[in-house]
Amino acid sequence: MNFSILIHDNAEAFALRADPVWRAAEYAPIGAYLQALRETGVFVGGAGLEAPGNATVLSSNGKDWTVQDGPFADTKEQLAGLVIIDVPDREHALEWARRFPTRPGRKVELRANLPPLEE
Amino acid sequence: MSETATRAIERTARESRGRLLAFLAARSRDIAAAEDALADAFRAALETWPQDGVPDKPEAWLLTAARRRLIDAARRAQVRHAASDELQHALELAQHDADEPEMFPDERLKLLFVCAHPAIDAAARTPLMLQTVLGLDAARIASAFLVKPATMGQRLSRAKTKIRDAGIAFAVPHADELPERLDAVLEAVYAAYGSGWDDIAGADPRRKGLANEALELGALLVRLLPDAPEACGLLALMSYCESRRAARRGLNGEYVPLSEQDTTRWSRPMIEEADRMLVRAQHARRLGRFQLEAAIQSAHAARAQTGQIDWEAIALLYEGLVRLAPTIGALVGRAAAVAEARDAATGWALLQTVAPDAIADYQPYWALAAHLLERLGRRDESHAARERAIGLCEDPAMRTFLLRQPR
Repeated sequence: MNFSILIHDNAEAFALRADPVWRAAEYAPIGAYLQALRETGVFVGGAGLEAPGNATVLSSNGKDWTVQDGPFADTKEQLAGLVIIDVPDREHALEWARRFPTRPGRKVELRANLPPLEE
Repeated sequence: MSETATRAIERTARESRGRLLAFLAARSRDIAAAEDALADAFRAALETWPQDGVPDKPEAWLLTAARRRLIDAARRAQVRHAASDELQHALELAQHDADEPEMFPDERLKLLFVCAHPAIDAAARTPLMLQTVLGLDAARIASAFLVKPATMGQRLSRAKTKIRDAGIAFAVPHADELPERLDAVLEAVYAAYGSGWDDIAGADPRRKGLANEALELGALLVRLLPDAPEACGLLALMSYCESRRAARRGLNGEYVPLSEQDTTRWSRPMIEEADRMLVRAQHARRLGRFQLEAAIQSAHAARAQTGQIDWEAIALLYEGLVRLAPTIGALVGRAAAVAEARDAATGWALLQTVAPDAIADYQPYWALAAHLLERLGRRDESHAARERAIGLCEDPAMRTFLLRQPR
């Protein structure tokens, strides 16, 4: 069963990415986390995301697209990355979600993936 | 006046709620109905006591009120359940008991056995105990076990429905099945302690509290089952662990391994209490898993006096534990102790006998593997194991500790 672990960070965390020392300290445990996912055969896919300031948002009114430069959402935390895992059930997924390295203001959201669309 | 009444209600709720519920549930055999009736009774007390004064026997008053509601509910259900007559009779007898001066029987032990009955989903047992015996609400239990409150609520009500519909008896098991059934009860209490133990950083004060609730349940079990050595063993084990709470983190919240903890920060009274419990358990001369685990912790606690850790003794105790209850935790603990008592190679050889499937995501295995491989001079393998241990960490302080190890 596939789940998405969605990582939301606050503006401070995105701003700190410019600092190489911070980045090294931040990414070492995340790298270890991803490696553990791979070695236990749970990892399906995922990516870290650029800061939302560089996002392009296409909004639809049902007919046309309006193109805007992000960030789009008004919330304090923005999507910073995601991991898709394959585990037997939600309990296992939750265990992996709580292993994601913590930082102040970080939110980790766990969502079950829908089954693939039928052809 | 009204303040006195409110305080009396709060006190009764705190001191007697579990006993009242156990008593009502043991007679109605329907935990959810007993909970509803008791909640109604407390509500009625809140309305009546401020005006009419606090009754002489608050518990008897509450039992009478709750029992009336249970009988009403049983009457309404009579069309559905033919067994209702019998139930009503049981409740009338219950009223008779409740009218007896001061004392009504303590049925909490029966309630604990029902909560940990083999027919109940193992994941629901601990939450059910916390809710029925200690009165914790589902939301708090849910955050302790990191599941959604709604999920926890469903899990609890499913378990109660099962108890009612399967007619699970509110009884202390017979001698022949007592050890096994008691194991499940102890297991469930220990799980409550474990959920509080992981989180000592205090990120969530609601989680932190559960260790105390587990200790309370443990002490209750010892009172209710004074002749069960494993109940004493469990209370001793939890008390040893609890005695070190303050020492498990440094001044800046950093993780401190057990063997490096400042023993002056251990709670002496807690250790003495644990020692007493362990001695009491051993009087029965019936060894068990919790007594062995407590004995291991007792050997660590001795460092406060001797300044040394007797790894030889600890390794021997783990050997016994592995024979009795070969959990992954015991197997990894034995390897660690043997590595200290003898040498890293012997410890590593033991560690490798643990089934690979069992340790794929078991963090302590990888942390120990990293440590032993480092001592064996196998740098690359040690590094890989440490990475795995870091990736599997749930505790930020432990993660930081591992990240700061020299590479």
